[in-house]
Amino acid sequence: MLIFEKSREGRGMSNLPACDVLEVLPPEQHLRRQELHLPQMAEGDLSRHYTELAKKCHGVNDGFYPLGSCTMKYNPKINNDMAELPGFTEIHPLQPEHTVQGCLKVLQTIESLLCEITGMNRMSFQPAAGAHGEFSAILMIKAYHKSRGDEGRTKILIPDSAHGTNPATAVMAGYSTVSIPSGPDGCVDIEKLKEAAGDDIAGLMLTNPNTVGLFDKNILEITRIVHECGGLNFYDGANLNAVMGTVRPGDMGFDLIHLNIHKTFSTPHGGGGPGSGPVGCKDFLAKFLPSLSVKGNETLSFQKEEQSIGEMKNFYGNFGVDVRALTYIMTLGREGIPEASQNAVLNANYMMNKLKDLYTIAFDEMCMHEFVMSLEDLKKECGVSAMDIAKGLLDNNIHPPTMYFPLIVTEALMIEPTETESKETLDEAISVFRQLYAKAKESPAALHQAPVTTPVTRLDEVGAARNPILRYHWEE
Amino acid sequence: MGSYVPNTEQERQEMLNEIGYQSIDDLFVHIPAEMKVKDGLNIPSGLSEMEVRKALQKMAGENKVFDSIFRGAGAYKHFIPSVVNSVISKENLMTAYTPYQAEISQGILQSIFEYQTMISELTGMDASNASIYDGAAAAAEAIAMCRERKKKKALVSETVMPSVMETIKTYCFGNEMELVVVPGRDGLTDMKALESLLDSNTACVYIQHPNYYGNLEEAELIGELAHQAGAKYIMGVNPISLGVLKTPREYGADVAVGDGQPLGLPLSFGGPYLGFMTCVSGMTRKLPGRVVGETKDANGKIGYVLTLQAREQHIRREKASSNVCSNQALCALAVGTYLAAMGKEGIHSAAVQCMSKAHYMSDELDKIGLSRVDQGAFFHEFVTISGKPASQLLTALEDNGILGGYPLDEKRILWCCTEVNSKAEIDEVVRILKEVQ
Repeated sequence: MLIFEKSREGRGMSNLPACDVLEVLPPEQHLRRQELHLPQMAEGDLSRHYTELAKKCHGVNDGFYPLGSCTMKYNPKINNDMAELPGFTEIHPLQPEHTVQGCLKVLQTIESLLCEITGMNRMSFQPAAGAHGEFSAILMIKAYHKSRGDEGRTKILIPDSAHGTNPATAVMAGYSTVSIPSGPDGCVDIEKLKEAAGDDIAGLMLTNPNTVGLFDKNILEITRIVHECGGLNFYDGANLNAVMGTVRPGDMGFDLIHLNIHKTFSTPHGGGGPGSGPVGCKDFLAKFLPSLSVKGNETLSFQKEEQSIGEMKNFYGNFGVDVRALTYIMTLGREGIPEASQNAVLNANYMMNKLKDLYTIAFDEMCMHEFVMSLEDLKKECGVSAMDIAKGLLDNNIHPPTMYFPLIVTEALMIEPTETESKETLDEAISVFRQLYAKAKESPAALHQAPVTTPVTRLDEVGAARNPILRYHWEE
Repeated sequence: MGSYVPNTEQERQEMLNEIGYQSIDDLFVHIPAEMKVKDGLNIPSGLSEMEVRKALQKMAGENKVFDSIFRGAGAYKHFIPSVVNSVISKENLMTAYTPYQAEISQGILQSIFEYQTMISELTGMDASNASIYDGAAAAAEAIAMCRERKKKKALVSETVMPSVMETIKTYCFGNEMELVVVPGRDGLTDMKALESLLDSNTACVYIQHPNYYGNLEEAELIGELAHQAGAKYIMGVNPISLGVLKTPREYGADVAVGDGQPLGLPLSFGGPYLGFMTCVSGMTRKLPGRVVGETKDANGKIGYVLTLQAREQHIRREKASSNVCSNQALCALAVGTYLAAMGKEGIHSAAVQCMSKAHYMSDELDKIGLSRVDQGAFFHEFVTISGKPASQLLTALEDNGILGGYPLDEKRILWCCTEVNSKAEIDEVVRILKEVQ
């Protein structure tokens, strides 16, 4: 039941004292006339409403969440405690600098840690999410070429296995995109890349390991080809959780990166956000970084780069999220950060090997932190799709893998277990996947009906889009 | 060091052996040695939870928490009922990803549907998205929504928050829309200048209301002028003000956006906040980002899903209206809870108290020679000018644990009052300043 249907006229909470000065209302022409409907509820009923909603959700805390490309690792609780310290939450963003030295230290410390982890020299934490960080990076590429008077570069190279945000970002930055096909091994087709590279190329957007979970061995050649044609290389940080402490984007030939703090660095995703998407770069691009940078040793201060691309939003980014990530990185440190990546890769390979006799692995090689299965054969054989298997998982308290992505694999399921899952959890999930495979063969019709134990069954998405109902309406 | 990996060394070895490997290094052999990290990362060793807690507490302790705040300028100290933090701390909601799997995400989806409803009610608009990064990003995205093939010019009033203007400028550098600044006059948008700048290439007019200086714009007239020229009208509004001020719908806006921070989100040194985006029904399919819709399941039961996804980057790729993927969902949950906890009466009361206290303060400051710069109506922010340097006045307050207004330049200060500022606090500010003046 919607909160509005639980509302009763005259109920409410006592939040504010009476006004202790003379009441002032806006002049007539600015006074609100439109009626305002908001819930009227006692605190107890209100609180229960949200508890009821929470029961209808599956978070990382509720069970296995192998949502490929999203790195749904455990969210340590101390991270939240630290972000909720009044010394952080009660700080106004426009306080004098000498009263926010602690906040500046947070930003300076996390910048230096993440630069070392990624092989970059500088980083801005203003971008609020991954896509926002990508956008910042591509605008920096644009500013770089413009500053050199190199105006003829109008295209961005993007592999066909890329996340949708990559091409959407390039277009927001005023570029057209050139899709580079993947070879039969799932990696960038070098010959096709060479053909596309030219003096009209502004840069390349790439994640490595790529979206099929493979490390592109040719990465040094790829980034060299782009550099030789005058372009810059941007690293999409979505898959950084595979390689921390083993190899750094900066050492693969990348000039800029963005990170998904809410994936790799354990901050909760909050049902869709807030994330944090810092943009990092090599020294020669630092002058284009967005917004303010923290400078100084003893006394810290904000400074703006002269040729900055400007502001991406107000203030300094999702600061509270960055505090959580700093807590995490300080906890793991130089031993724990590589350990996390190594175990993410181990867990993925373990699951893949335990499933590959039944399921078709899209690219049957050693994988990194995730792998992609294709259910094309199963679908042909018994009509059970990737969607059906995913929905079958819902009845087993497992969040399904990412479905139908990457686009280069048909009937794809993309599995990313992460390092914070135990062997028992993986074994149990493997067993569920195997049971579902058997069920697909024996009684495919049952899987078409799944899920049956969830608060609702499959929803009519086509109907929702055709006749959008986007809000509740009160009876007049 | 700290670790969140459950498997022991021995268990890891067993897992490796089971799948035919000797050591962890075997899983990384395909990465060329020449680019591998040689001697480990050059970062400090990991710490126990107790040590990390101490280190972070120390950093937090190096900030000054002001007991009393009279500074707004885009971030506002309001009362937040305890139930808000309780709701957003629920792990099923906090630790979930974007609700792609609707069957096990009904709680989040319903909370977003309720948020969309409440934001639509507050602004008087027809539809809302599920949120975006913040008020500035919302403004920039709103302008991109209005772009048409032959209309690529955006008129933005000089009286908007400066970093909102800067953000719009950055987005326009990207999408190559032409940004034209409409000059201000006496703390308001210059209507004559606006009229002369409007033409058939104008995609939209964007104003902030109340504007950066707290002043109430001739918002209805600006909308009429925009529409006469065939341009869309976008308003950036402070959501708390809508408890008492006309809605963007009543002023004639096509798109209304703003920062949701005043609605239950702490100051947190600037973020995470939330940008809300609403529009009239004809523009719904141009909204960027997630949108939740009501539908039915196979048994006819009502449920909620992410909808109108054909606009979005994961489907449309380079043809998407925006690249937005993650938004500020947990902040939207906080805003929804806040609005439900405050209710109609509470929001009205908060808005009236903000306005009343700011007017009381303005009057009292005037009596000691800190007079208001502008003449017209204002909401809960106002600008004063004084003979004494702003820095001297603000330092005197700071010495007493009070964060005074935001210095716009050497003489002018932008003050803000909200419902949390008591009459006694305001009197204290006036008393301290009287000594300095």
